Amino acid sequence: MIEVKNIKKTFGDKTVIEDVSAVMKAGQCNLIIGASGSGKTVLMKCMVGLFEPDGGHVLYSGQDFTAMSNEEKTEIRKEIGMLFQGSALFDSLTVEQNIMFPLSMFTTWSHKKKLDRVNEVLARVNLVDTNKKYPAELSGGMKKRVGIARAIVLNPKYLFCDEPNSGLDPQTSLVIDRLIKEITLEYNITTVVNTHDMNSVMEIGNYILYMYKGNKEWEGNKKEIIFSKNQRLNDFIFASEFLQDAKDMRMLEEAGKISDDRNMDEMLDKDAPSLVPPDEE
Amino acid sequence: MTIFSDIGRYLLMIKGMFSKPENGRMYWKEFIHQCTEIGVGSLGIVAIISVFIGAVSTIQTAYQLVTPLIPRSTIAQIVRDTVILEFAPTLVCIVLAGVAGSRIASELGNMRVSEQIDALEIMGINTKTYLILPKIIAALLMIPLLVVIAMVLGILGGRIAGVSAGIISGNIYDKGLLEYFVPYNVFFALVKAYVFAFIISSVAAFYGYYVKGGALEIGRASTKAVVVSCIVILFADYILSALLLKQ
Ligand SMILES: Nc1ncnc2c1ncn2[C@@H]1O[C@H](COP(=O)(O)OP(=O)(O)O)[C@@H](O)[C@H]1O
Ligand SMILES: [Mg+2]
Repeated sequence: MIEVKNIKKTFGDKTVIEDVSAVMKAGQCNLIIGASGSGKTVLMKCMVGLFEPDGGHVLYSGQDFTAMSNEEKTEIRKEIGMLFQGSALFDSLTVEQNIMFPLSMFTTWSHKKKLDRVNEVLARVNLVDTNKKYPAELSGGMKKRVGIARAIVLNPKYLFCDEPNSGLDPQTSLVIDRLIKEITLEYNITTVVNTHDMNSVMEIGNYILYMYKGNKEWEGNKKEIIFSKNQRLNDFIFASEFLQDAKDMRMLEEAGKISDDRNMDEMLDKDAPSLVPPDEE
Repeated sequence: MTIFSDIGRYLLMIKGMFSKPENGRMYWKEFIHQCTEIGVGSLGIVAIISVFIGAVSTIQTAYQLVTPLIPRSTIAQIVRDTVILEFAPTLVCIVLAGVAGSRIASELGNMRVSEQIDALEIMGINTKTYLILPKIIAALLMIPLLVVIAMVLGILGGRIAGVSAGIISGNIYDKGLLEYFVPYNVFFALVKAYVFAFIISSVAAFYGYYVKGGALEIGRASTKAVVVSCIVILFADYILSALLLKQ
């Protein structure tokens, strides 16, 4: 379990995270959602200590990470795996060497044992026969999977994923989302995912934290998110008119107001639905 | 003033470099890798430059020594001393600032921008120690070695040029090399080589490690690393000469 208490972060005189608290439980996917620039990455980096927060605390299983010495932090970090937005694979190393790197650094295992573990996690992320390839030879989806493999190779208790499906097509995104969800359940990991992809929210979101301009605007689960009355949240998740219409319909249906199909057709045809392509960075 | 905060951050970076390696073998591997990159990677250009510098020195010295009163072997002495005192350490290090320095800056800059440095930090690795220290130690080992090679090749280049242009015979050149030889000059050159090696590697590491932004900034950072280290090298050259070359 990770507890975030009143985290604050400023860069110069620009406040990026104002005051955010959250509780993220083990064995589930905890999502941080919000528009680009709302502070998701900065919040995540404050949680793992890549940024020093200006105020507040982060607790890992009750231990105050922010108050720890560097040596103590290193111990916690060995239990953290992270998938970065651009995968952050070491370009000068092969896939196998990338995944073996944490093992070589932190274990005294034999080469054979390390290699077995590498192949085990590669199989887990459904990548076989890529051992000798370099990151530059991989597709975006494959890089993400190698990134996940490297993040879980030391059996972390906490997994952080920053925009795991940015730059991926919807189908590949789904594969990655499901993989994250399965791994989370399988190893009872506390997983934290940054995303602005609503498909992911629906696919894997157990707990959802909605960030708006550096503040926690809303939190809840994925059932609550659909029927939330929060205007900013609604503007974000139902950004396209099509989805907005679909939602209105669902609400009406829910309230038992739609009785005949004619009504539904009318609603769907109300000016051409605009399918806004997902915002890719 | 940004220059003072830069110097402060630079000193903090140097201080942050000294921590216990998480795993000695991995650090050793990285050190050997950097030795190859810096040493072998720059050997070719260093060899070419030093041979030509030596050759040009011989021809120019001969050209300036028009009076027959001075023995020809003096040419060899002058070439030897200018190569050892100035050309081999300073000129080679200026070139190395461009070759090895920009490589260090862009390697670290790329790792920063693509979050590879963050990925290492998350694993619990002190990236200043793991990424910067091996580069600086490798530079401190390889650059003085390259400077010594440059001395030998420069003097050899001078001989080749002198003989092939009919300026001086090989025997007289060799005899001249041994006349009035001051071993202290070699010591002075090595002191310069160590100081410049530290400047090249640490300044480049500083600009690379703290890159912010994207690909464009990596290019800017490595250019800046080269410019700043060249200026600092020339300044240090002046200071060291003033301190160590008192008559
Ligand atoms: N290192 C930094 N220095 C200054 N400002 C930053 C830094 N990192 C992020 N920011 C700013 O913080 C805000 C939130 O960024 P970020 O967390 O990356 O957003 P996102 O929600 O898209 O991940 C942005 O306005 C960004 O410009
Ligand atoms: Mg982000």
